[in-house]
Amino acid sequence: MGMNMKTKLRNYHAVCWDEPIIYELDRNGERAILVPEVDKKITESVGDGISSIPKSMRRKNVPQLPALSQPQVLRHFLHLSQENLGVDLNIDIGQGTCTMKYSPKINEQFANSEKITEMHPYQDESTSQGLLEIMYKTEQLFKEISGLDRFSLHPGGGAHGIYTISSIIQAYHKSCGEEGKRNEIITTIFSHPADAAAPRVKGYKTIIIYPDENGCPDIEAFKKVVSEHTAALLITNPEDTGIYNSKIAEFTKIVHNFGGLCGYDQANANGLLGITRAKEANFDLSFFNLHKTFSSPHGCGGPGSGIVGVTNKLAKFLPVPVVDYDKKNNKYFLDYDRPDSIGKVKDFYGVIPVILRAYAWIMSLGTEGLREVSNVAILNNNYTMKKILELRGVSMAFPEHKHRIEQVRYSWEKLSKETGITTEDIQRRIFDFGTHYWTSHEPWLIPEPFTIEPSESYSKDDIDEFIAILGQIVKEAYEDPKKLKNAPYKSSVHHIDHEVFDDPSKWAITWRAYKKKYNGYFQPK
Amino acid sequence: MYKIGLIVNPIAGMGGRVGLKGTDGREILQKAKSLGAISLSPKRTSVALRPLSVIQDNLKLITCPGDMGENETISCGFVSDIINGIKSKETTFADTQKAARIIRDRGVDLLLFAGGDGTARDIYIAIGTTLPVIGIPTGVKIHSAVFASSPSKAGELSLLYLQKKIHKLREVEVMDIDEQAFRNGIVKARLFGYLKIPYERRCIQGGKLGSSPSEEIIQKAIADDIIESMNNDFLYIIGPGTTTRAIMQRLGLSCTLLGVDAVYRKELKGLDLGESELLKLINKEKAKLIITPIGGQGYIFGRGNQQLSPQVIRKVKKENIIIIATCNKIVSLKGFPLLVDTGDLSLDRELNGYVQIVTNYHERAVYRVKF
Repeated sequence: MGMNMKTKLRNYHAVCWDEPIIYELDRNGERAILVPEVDKKITESVGDGISSIPKSMRRKNVPQLPALSQPQVLRHFLHLSQENLGVDLNIDIGQGTCTMKYSPKINEQFANSEKITEMHPYQDESTSQGLLEIMYKTEQLFKEISGLDRFSLHPGGGAHGIYTISSIIQAYHKSCGEEGKRNEIITTIFSHPADAAAPRVKGYKTIIIYPDENGCPDIEAFKKVVSEHTAALLITNPEDTGIYNSKIAEFTKIVHNFGGLCGYDQANANGLLGITRAKEANFDLSFFNLHKTFSSPHGCGGPGSGIVGVTNKLAKFLPVPVVDYDKKNNKYFLDYDRPDSIGKVKDFYGVIPVILRAYAWIMSLGTEGLREVSNVAILNNNYTMKKILELRGVSMAFPEHKHRIEQVRYSWEKLSKETGITTEDIQRRIFDFGTHYWTSHEPWLIPEPFTIEPSESYSKDDIDEFIAILGQIVKEAYEDPKKLKNAPYKSSVHHIDHEVFDDPSKWAITWRAYKKKYNGYFQPK
Repeated sequence: MYKIGLIVNPIAGMGGRVGLKGTDGREILQKAKSLGAISLSPKRTSVALRPLSVIQDNLKLITCPGDMGENETISCGFVSDIINGIKSKETTFADTQKAARIIRDRGVDLLLFAGGDGTARDIYIAIGTTLPVIGIPTGVKIHSAVFASSPSKAGELSLLYLQKKIHKLREVEVMDIDEQAFRNGIVKARLFGYLKIPYERRCIQGGKLGSSPSEEIIQKAIADDIIESMNNDFLYIIGPGTTTRAIMQRLGLSCTLLGVDAVYRKELKGLDLGESELLKLINKEKAKLIITPIGGQGYIFGRGNQQLSPQVIRKVKKENIIIIATCNKIVSLKGFPLLVDTGDLSLDRELNGYVQIVTNYHERAVYRVKF
């Protein structure tokens, strides 16, 4: 009989290496790889390889890279990996809106196969037919999943997908002679923040709808702002609250009546597969985050992919190239001959390992399997919701919505008033139990928020263990709040100075910036 | 050596327990006492001082005699310097104001004060934004954003600030409501001014102010949006508040934080204008009016900007009213609508409905106005 994690929580302790930045590990004179001298015959034949580069473009100094031996490099990255509370290490249901799930390792093997890793984007199409076929067939799968007519696999993430959608919207209105007039994008406060942010990069004004008293986007407010200036509606559904906006077809109809387009943010599609589609709600565009729903870990786990789908009338604007199939010659090819295309949004053709994993995942599940993914994810979420709401001091946003889709935004407002403990205190304490949770996108419309999304990967026992951890923390909040205030005790990193995040003058995202601004770790100059 | 000032309003909060909704005025105080009210300020102040015990050996407390601070510091085991010239019993708002000035002049790092909105108002009158302050919430009315979310949070926040673990200072609203009206069930809040507080999201009253530390950056972005769209054919009337002030700062113009100013073709046209001056200006030029709601309250007309009278608003016309607010200010309304109370019911009715609020550069929120 196994341990009962509901009654006895793990005695977890994180690894802490206090690992310096790799540049700080520099040992002058050490080397990981010694590059051999160029063979004399090669130099004689093709020259030195540098003289053909214009002088103005040549470096004056050698790159200041850290010098380390191979074991030091290995040790450094293993230390860092051990300080991570990664998706395969913990019951990762606390990272709401991120759709953390088990990504089958066989899909990693496909992506790491030499057949993929040794390919070059410029190699001849005749030698890359297998990969082009996978890309083509991935598009066909997503056409079925969404009901839309064509896809671009190019965008490298969710916000990049929204940026691409915004570019297509702009190209469409330009083709209708309305580019200057259609300068507004409407979204909602509980849609992903990138729905408001990315269109602004394209020069749009964004108009944000707040929820009505039932937690759905206020349709009366929406009606007041849709006009001949509306370029598009960009909306998430279900929103971050987990509430499905059942009036969505009414929203799209209103926008279409004014000549605008409708874009569906399906970054979080885990509760929708085989249940509802963009087409049936009359969307013209959509994007999916392959790195959430489709078998690639979200977050720091690897590169993302935010593939974009459109209806036939917008297909000509998709980025170049698209992958097509020449039936006559039984040949897959890259089609660059698309004069109305918005052009390139990224190098080459898309993030191949992520696309490959998504293809493998969908094919392994099949139609019914995909539907079951969503059904189980919804069931898990509603079970989790019932159990969490039994805890003292917790509530959920807009409680009149008894049923949620794939996630729920909860609130510790009551607990906070009664104990002084905030959601950030709990966020720090939960690390001591070997897991973590996320609060909410800004702004915090729901006070003291936290967002839980238990995808289909987690068993009832997993969910119960996570809730038992929350239960223990709630008990501590009421009995020993000081303990929570000083948490975490067993995590790799303890308190972080949040002020740094808000002050660009303290940001150091490159080694050069770090050297300029700091004398050492968190010691500003 | 850390130096903190401490002022306790010993009668703050007494009216609340006995249902008097405040303790402003001698008569109400007597009534509260006769109803059996006891002073809550000393106990709550002691709770606030407790987190500071870890730096006790390195801390110099400067406070007032008797009930206004000395007793609380003694009960917590702190040694303090007692200022001269303040009574030790039966003190009034004048003592609070005087004490604040004396303590500021003694060169403290921070002033802690215990009380409610009335006390905050006295501190504002005495020292304005010349010194960082933290309010220990002990009063009945806590509408001002200068108060920590609890007495212990006030202590924690003081400690973080003194130890330089937080550096940010923010100007936040000092509000007070009309107690007489409040006793009759009418909440009439008024913006008195601004005090400077150390800012840490978890320690400050959530509902009464914007909560993001990057508030100033957003205010600048809003100002840039407004300035970009300024039309040379219009006079711009700029209402009170820190959000509207950012416009004047971005234009490089002087302004009044609590007053109404006017700009024409990006040049200053008038400072701290009254109703008649405004009417005179808008009789000559077409005008747009830029206002911001009061955080946590939502009033866009009728509180803190009475110069913008019904006549001024009508003359400007509804379509020329531009409302600006950071997203966090909208959050502070907790879903409640923006409010209008112009004194002219038919105008209030006309202003009712949905409006667009400028919330960032090229970003608008759609929000409801009610009267």
